[in-house]
Amino acid sequence: MNRTKGDEEEYWNSSKFKAFTFDDEDDELSQLKESKRAVNSLRDFVDDDDEDDLERVSWTGEPVGSISWSIKETAGNSGSSHEREQLKNRNSFSTYAQLPKPASTYSLSSFFRGRTRPGSFQSLSDALSDTPAKSYAPELGRPKGEYRDYSNDWGPSDTVRRLRKGKVCSLERFRSLQDKIQLLEEAVSMHDGNVITAVLIFLKRTLSKEILFRELEVRQVALRHLIHFLKEIGDQKLLLDLFRFLDRTEELALSHYREHLNIQDPEKRKEFLKTCIGLPFSAEDSAHIQDHYTLLERQIIIEANDRHLESAGQTEVFRKHPRKASILNMPLVTTLFYSCFYHYTEAEGTFSSPVNLKKTFKIPDKQYVLTALAARAKLRAWHDVDALFTTKNWLGYTKKRAPIGFHRVVEILHRNNAPVQILQEYVNLVEDVDTKLNLATKFKCHDVVIDTCRDLKDRQQLLAYRSKVDKGSAEEEKIDALLNSSQIRWKN
Amino acid sequence: MAFPHRPDAPELPDFSMLKRLARDQLIYLLEQLPGKKDLFIEADLMSPLDRIANVSILKHEVDKLYKVEKKPAFSSSEQLCFLVRPRIKNMRYIASLVNADKVAGRTRKYKVIFSPQKFYACEMVLEEEGVYGDVSCDEWAFSLLPLDVDLLSMELPEFFRDYFLEGDQRWINTLAQALHLLSTLYGPFPNCYGIGRCAKMSYELWKRLEEEEDGETKGRRPEIGHIFLLDRDMDFVTALCSQVVYEGLVDDTFRIKCGSVDFGPEVTSSDKSLKVLLNAEDKVFNEIRNEHFSNVFGFLSQKARNLQAQYDRRRGMDIKQMKNFVSQELKGLKQEHRLLSLHIGACESIMKKKTKQDFQELIKTEHALLEGFNIRESTNYIEEHIDRQVSPIESLRLMCLLSITENGLIPKDYRSLKTQYLQSYGPEHLLTFSNLRRAGLLTEQAPGDTLTAVESKVSKLVTDKAAGKITDAFSSLAKRSNFRAISKKLNLIPRVDGEYDLKVPRDMAYVFSGAYVPLSCRIIEQVLERRGWQGLDEVVRLLNCSELAFTDMTKDDKASSESLRLILVVFLGGCTFSEISALRFLGREKGYRFIFLTTAVTNSARLMEAMSEVKA
Repeated sequence: MNRTKGDEEEYWNSSKFKAFTFDDEDDELSQLKESKRAVNSLRDFVDDDDEDDLERVSWTGEPVGSISWSIKETAGNSGSSHEREQLKNRNSFSTYAQLPKPASTYSLSSFFRGRTRPGSFQSLSDALSDTPAKSYAPELGRPKGEYRDYSNDWGPSDTVRRLRKGKVCSLERFRSLQDKIQLLEEAVSMHDGNVITAVLIFLKRTLSKEILFRELEVRQVALRHLIHFLKEIGDQKLLLDLFRFLDRTEELALSHYREHLNIQDPEKRKEFLKTCIGLPFSAEDSAHIQDHYTLLERQIIIEANDRHLESAGQTEVFRKHPRKASILNMPLVTTLFYSCFYHYTEAEGTFSSPVNLKKTFKIPDKQYVLTALAARAKLRAWHDVDALFTTKNWLGYTKKRAPIGFHRVVEILHRNNAPVQILQEYVNLVEDVDTKLNLATKFKCHDVVIDTCRDLKDRQQLLAYRSKVDKGSAEEEKIDALLNSSQIRWKN
Repeated sequence: MAFPHRPDAPELPDFSMLKRLARDQLIYLLEQLPGKKDLFIEADLMSPLDRIANVSILKHEVDKLYKVEKKPAFSSSEQLCFLVRPRIKNMRYIASLVNADKVAGRTRKYKVIFSPQKFYACEMVLEEEGVYGDVSCDEWAFSLLPLDVDLLSMELPEFFRDYFLEGDQRWINTLAQALHLLSTLYGPFPNCYGIGRCAKMSYELWKRLEEEEDGETKGRRPEIGHIFLLDRDMDFVTALCSQVVYEGLVDDTFRIKCGSVDFGPEVTSSDKSLKVLLNAEDKVFNEIRNEHFSNVFGFLSQKARNLQAQYDRRRGMDIKQMKNFVSQELKGLKQEHRLLSLHIGACESIMKKKTKQDFQELIKTEHALLEGFNIRESTNYIEEHIDRQVSPIESLRLMCLLSITENGLIPKDYRSLKTQYLQSYGPEHLLTFSNLRRAGLLTEQAPGDTLTAVESKVSKLVTDKAAGKITDAFSSLAKRSNFRAISKKLNLIPRVDGEYDLKVPRDMAYVFSGAYVPLSCRIIEQVLERRGWQGLDEVVRLLNCSELAFTDMTKDDKASSESLRLILVVFLGGCTFSEISALRFLGREKGYRFIFLTTAVTNSARLMEAMSEVKA
């Protein structure tokens, strides 16, 4: 639209369309002619193409050079002068390896000349003589955007129709509010979102935002398009104004909060999150936002501290297990894991201590135990694991308790390669006998299996298990002793 | 295994013409910028392009190929051509390139080819960035990619988020154009059915296009007798379930992209990855793709034994026979061998992964949710999933499944699961939850069906008629799923006496181990049987679609009985391989054949990722 006359002429002179006339009345007709000419010209180059290829590249049955692959190549040796040569040579190379690749293995000749199913598969030229060219390649060869509409006499429905067809069409004549709204409603009634947005772009430019918002408030379809458009082009300011106008406070808050994702610097992100705390979230979400801020604040402190500790090289755990990644922007549970791993024994007063995290963020017992267990097991700190489940009652007796079920405990321990003695202890604590037996068998806790079978007086199962233990092992001896014992009353 | 079609099953139309049309048009468009040029292709367009063209075809027109990336481009060509989706970020990228050239005092020619169409918002950005006019724009209307003999994909995964989350109708015109193209190529569709708001709008716009370009389809014999348009939000449940038919399972495990899959070293049992096309031309795959996974292993090992036997025949052959064997059979056998070992490798890898993640338990939970028992237990299972930081997408999927089957979560559960989710996977997922609520995928049970505060406020401002429309618009966004009632009405949970024999499926439920008939497929089955929506009023009401279910039958005596058994099903917002398998099964049972047109092939993970605000 703002192209200068010189540009315009230059463009048209260089394009194939210089013979084309901009007569709107004739639009459809010339369009048809144009498409026909276009398709006819296709036939020419298609034939050329064919011979060309047969000459230069071995085609028949050869795998096809994939485009994705070829792009990787260009990226690799950008600027190299042999590139063309390489591409040519690589045409027979395929990322589809040596598998049948029916859909991508075509020879050009069969493509354009072949008929697989008479009557339904037509070559391009056949197809064109059967039906109007327009329907097969409706817009072929017509750069749509280049059509200009100099006439301003279109009414709303014609204008919308032209917009729908992708034609550039001036909306400037819709000046009164009534005209603008009529245009918008016409666009909405056609369901084409692209046109709705086109009209909205015009309205946004030519109406004050108060008026625009007011009109859209009662036109939900158009409103949704404007909101999405503003999100996409990143017009955050207008979007927030709109939500404010609509009194959609929660969306306003969320929309503001979303921006933090674009801030990389942790300090700046933290400061930004601080500005989110007072926003009109739901009560529940307010707490989450507060937690997000607190978490990042903690992480920044922990990160600075630990980076220092690690580089000083004085702390054993950091020396033995160097950190793989920074803790910044990690979820709370990951942070808890980290702190259980590196800062387990710290007093509650420090920010990095697990207990402090647990209190600050009200982490449920279950979640805490699960995470601590995984961290301590990874470090093979079995006494810590033990302590995690040991409770004392008021008489001073100790008892093992797990809020997550001991079968889970066993699984986590096993995943961290806990030794059999440790596993055994926890398998024994599983209450359900079947689960216990299953786990014990799965993790080869022989003693538990044997003892359980004995307790169940299940001679058959014990007998069966005998074949699973090593010949001549202590386990086998133990089983034999039991099997030969006369003191047990087997149930089978 | 691999049930044959009934002898009277109709032939499928030949869709390869769509590929040729797209390729010819692309070459034509490239010719519009004569001379040497470099082509920049958007990553998302590369695989579709690979399926219709290749380097040799492009190289007549194009010098070098680049991927559109964030990085600046080092192209020395005097002409740059960009092949992109109509996205704002692409426009910014192109504009920055052009502006950098301007600063450097360099003049080149630029051409942008939008696929499948141009959006006005894109042009606006070009104008704002001051490069409108420096750049010429064109459209490549490539919107239908035949991925297989019976599957057309628009390859527009963003359709789902744009429409079902943002309410943006930008792709409706693209879809209507695609339908228009199909009807010009394959004749008019005598019988049309549809359900859903998007389906209805697309249908209306399509019909308008036909009217405007009157006369083209008149007098042509219809090749496809029925078309069925269905919105994805009619049935989120099916899309959220774990898939257990082979093709679906491969998609869930390895992600099929544009009809091909990358099998890693763990599958190929070598150190290389292999890109493999998965379609009807792969004979081994074609026989197992629709099978329940439990049958696949047995089938493959049987096949392997047969193959061995065929190889063994060469012992005891004389020279002449051997020569025949080598020249005629060996190649085919070797190919089959390769395919077999590949699919066996894939199966093994799937088994390994599934055992590791307690697939049994997961499936059990899903079935419990579908049937609506042990809700408490399932909720606990999901909670544990979250606490253990098992994949964020999985956890989200299960929560959505719980929400839709139960008409929303109990507020107490909603809060607690959400809190734990944010703690496990990151607080920024607050935004994801807000998206899921807006799309109706994860909601909190609300007391009663009263108007929300905003709704009543808006209603006060406008006339009655408009108010009706608004309430309508609102309810479309936050409607109740009514899954339980629909399930009862349509008998989605088959009553099983004894074991469901997955080897000899008796209904479409086999795609979910006999536990559930996919709702979307059941709707289609019912409507086809009744030739419309008669007798389904209650279901339609429960689907919140009283105004949005339509039928349009034209009396057309030219339609052959064969064409009347061909059905084009259009999924707006994506369909899953399980749904495709289920309908293929139905087709075999009834002597129909289904053709699928989807905006993209989807699965539970893709749906969840589309809703996720935090991009990996």
